[in-house]
Amino acid sequence: MSALWYQKTAKEIRDAVHTGEATALDIVNSFIAHREATDGTIGAFTQCWDDEARETARSIDEKRQQGQPLGPLAGVPVSLKESFCTRLGKTTGASRILENFQCPYDGTAVTRLAQADAVFLGKVNMDELAMGSSTESSVLQRTVNPWNHDRVPGGSSGGSAASVAMGCSALSLGSDTGSSIRQPASFSGCVGVKPTYGRISRFGIIGLAPSLDHAGPLTRTVEDAALALNVLCGEDPADSTSSDKPVPDFLQGLSQDIKGLKIGVAEEYMTDEVDEEVRGKITEALDCLSSLGAELVKISLPGTAYDAAAYTVISTAEISATLARLDGVRYGMRDPEARTVQDMYVMSKSAGFGPEVQRRILLGTHFLSGKNIQNCFVKAQQARSLIIREFEEVFTQCDVIAGPTTPSVAFPFGSKSDNPVEMYRCDRFTLGANLATHPALSVPCGMTEAGLPVGLQLQARRYDEETLLRVAFHYEQNRGFDLGFPPIS
Amino acid sequence: MQYEAVIGMEVHVEINCKSKVFCGCPTVFDAPPNSQTCPLCLGMPGGLPVLNRSMVDKSMAVGLALNCRIARETRMDRKNYFYPDLAKNYQISQDDQPLCYDGYLDVDVDGEMKRIGITRAHMEEDTARNSHTVGGGQSGVDFNRSGVALLEIVTEPDIRSAQEAFAYLTALKQLLQYLDVSDCNMEEGSLRAEANISVRPVGSDKFGTKTEVKNVASFSGVQKAIEFEIARQIKVLNDGGTVLQETRGWDADKGVTLSQRLKESAQEYRYFPEPDVPPIVVDDAWIDAIQKSLPELPTARKERFQKEYELSAYDAHVMTLSRAMADYYEAIVKAGADPKKAANWLMVELLALLADAKVEISDSPVSPENLAALIGLIDTNVINGKIAKEVLVEMFKTGAAPAAIVEEKGLGQISDTSALEEAVQAVIEANPQQVADYRAGKDKIFGYFVGQVMKATRGKGNPQLVNEILRRELDS
Ligand SMILES: [Zn+2]
Repeated sequence: MSALWYQKTAKEIRDAVHTGEATALDIVNSFIAHREATDGTIGAFTQCWDDEARETARSIDEKRQQGQPLGPLAGVPVSLKESFCTRLGKTTGASRILENFQCPYDGTAVTRLAQADAVFLGKVNMDELAMGSSTESSVLQRTVNPWNHDRVPGGSSGGSAASVAMGCSALSLGSDTGSSIRQPASFSGCVGVKPTYGRISRFGIIGLAPSLDHAGPLTRTVEDAALALNVLCGEDPADSTSSDKPVPDFLQGLSQDIKGLKIGVAEEYMTDEVDEEVRGKITEALDCLSSLGAELVKISLPGTAYDAAAYTVISTAEISATLARLDGVRYGMRDPEARTVQDMYVMSKSAGFGPEVQRRILLGTHFLSGKNIQNCFVKAQQARSLIIREFEEVFTQCDVIAGPTTPSVAFPFGSKSDNPVEMYRCDRFTLGANLATHPALSVPCGMTEAGLPVGLQLQARRYDEETLLRVAFHYEQNRGFDLGFPPIS
Repeated sequence: MQYEAVIGMEVHVEINCKSKVFCGCPTVFDAPPNSQTCPLCLGMPGGLPVLNRSMVDKSMAVGLALNCRIARETRMDRKNYFYPDLAKNYQISQDDQPLCYDGYLDVDVDGEMKRIGITRAHMEEDTARNSHTVGGGQSGVDFNRSGVALLEIVTEPDIRSAQEAFAYLTALKQLLQYLDVSDCNMEEGSLRAEANISVRPVGSDKFGTKTEVKNVASFSGVQKAIEFEIARQIKVLNDGGTVLQETRGWDADKGVTLSQRLKESAQEYRYFPEPDVPPIVVDDAWIDAIQKSLPELPTARKERFQKEYELSAYDAHVMTLSRAMADYYEAIVKAGADPKKAANWLMVELLALLADAKVEISDSPVSPENLAALIGLIDTNVINGKIAKEVLVEMFKTGAAPAAIVEEKGLGQISDTSALEEAVQAVIEANPQQVADYRAGKDKIFGYFVGQVMKATRGKGNPQLVNEILRRELDS
């Protein structure tokens, strides 16, 4: 039995540690052994903190023996995206420029997980500085899709999704600026939640585009996501954009049924550009929700057509400023050949940043230069306002919006990496929730004939994660299949 | 041709918040390099700025004192440029929505009041400090100053001379010190002034090309730099040349401004709203609370001193130079001293002692109550004015109360008539010739007898009584 702990959910593990059914150490050992058996192929883990993880597990077991109270994630093995700041190990952002960066502090989300008695197994791969949709732009290593090793795991939180789907971590902390939690969750077959902007502190995450950046959990079940959100959400004095709204008990909120809830189905999400097989799975999922008593309503989101343009301008503009600090002056890579201040900037950044990062920094700088501020940046902000209003209006007609997370399933390596525009198109259904800041998640809704997962995206009103999770939970309980684990090759 | 100067001032002042404007780091001046830093003010990944509310309070206080309008909804912006002293390679500042705008300051220029328009006052963070003296061909950066709260105050181009600029800076510094928002120390860099200077033919309503003068370490330096720059520009024009738009540095040793950087076009800062700091919403209650917390400002206080204490304009001016001085003065009066005598003793005697000892009035070893008591001792004839000055010196040294010093040193005035009569008699007997001269009509030597009696009483004779007895004895 104990050898199979890695197959258990976070909640099962937590309960087992609380009751004493298992020790945290046994559980951690099970995950480590499973990772050792599989991750050589998958390549999700970039740093393994086995000794420290066992140490933490032992201290949790000791706490229990002494009768001390245990946290809500006691013994749950967690992996962290490379963009989360930790004192332990390195915080590289999967970028050359931070390859050896040792962060002097822990971010808030990490601290909250630690306080809940989670056990950190290590860090996992991502696209360089979270820019990408395939994890191919990481300078650290390649991560493959656990269901088909010729295909990408999605990105940018590709390591998080692959490690969770594979059973190498019960929970992974990811971040999502345009799709980066939901898209890899969809590609790799796990649950990924991007809560409302401000729910989870951004303090201690390598920032990208602060007005769009969100942190969130990747898990194997909706219940586990609710459990993680209970721990992660809440106001943080270190992040003044964090919300002081009370955080309900998301686990408790799952139980109530979904009868009478209105599920909005947008024609813009179900066009011919969406793979037929994906559309089929989404239709089945909608039928399932309908059979549970939810009412499907037709909605229209014409603003979706502007999502990509608004997102590109705003995100790259913010990126161009936020990443300016990675200059080799105080920390990080500095080109040793540089002889002047100007050279230090140019040479360090040219060598330290990959092509996608450079492309976005240059684009963003361009959008903020001269007349472009008015013609591009201000217009994009106006478009964002319209998109926000459109969602507000739609959410008066329905409680939750349902549709595909991505127009197609995981693609083969190299098939889009030379074509950024194609790559950006993967994100077109997910960008709206980042622009309008409402919560959204991806939950597996089936496998294609070729054996690749399909994700159902659900979106809800700002701060209404409760309804969002409830719909996803009831769907998951009644969807009629168990995704299981990818075969170990 | 006759030219006139057109000058606008930009003053950066460090606001004395306990911590930096966007993080909790302390702001002690002269701490060891990089000892007051954290991930945020070092520009590390993942650091987030959290606006210090006391910065908004204090900035708003300055704005209100400068008669500015206060923005009801404003925000911070990112000002993007690369420089090693800028931790994030963008400065969090305010672009087109400053917290305070559209105000003025009335300035006393040689007794004439001149109104200088205040365009704006906006909040921002200070940069780190580069050092090129670490040796080994290396440069160092000290991030202790990175993120210190900074308020930039910009005037309209209303200033017409170096003297007006000096008067403006003096009045502004006085105001900021009254508000207790900054120590305004130019040498330590907590106040930095830059002047935008152009000249134009008298009567023209067009502006000439302006130069920006930086690197000035004192108000008088600013005055000299502006004087030089005006003369330089006029000479350039009279010689048929054109003034270039540029930044010029003041070389205090040579007394000249030198070109530092040509501004061919406005530098591109790519300002955009700071996404990490939520918009700042200011309601009436907030403004009212700050308005109510404002101290009485220099001009109002000076006018009140003239009315309430019947001080001359000059005395009232000196008594209100700083808030500490005005507070000290009023404390003397409150302790019962006559307002005019209080002003005299403070201005003439105590300030001289403070200046000699290089002590600020707020640290004066003589308390206002004790100074009032000293004046009281004169009023009640316990000591005379001359002795009082000696007592004050002793008070300054020891901080003791005047009565105790008088008692201990036996400095009490002799008002005992018989003792003084004895002394007068002795002087008359010892100076028969002078007595004869006086009685023959040489009135002027009366002072000689007073001096002799005072000498005999070691200065302690009650001058009024000594006079009376001498007159009586000599005139009899
Ligand atoms: Zn700091």
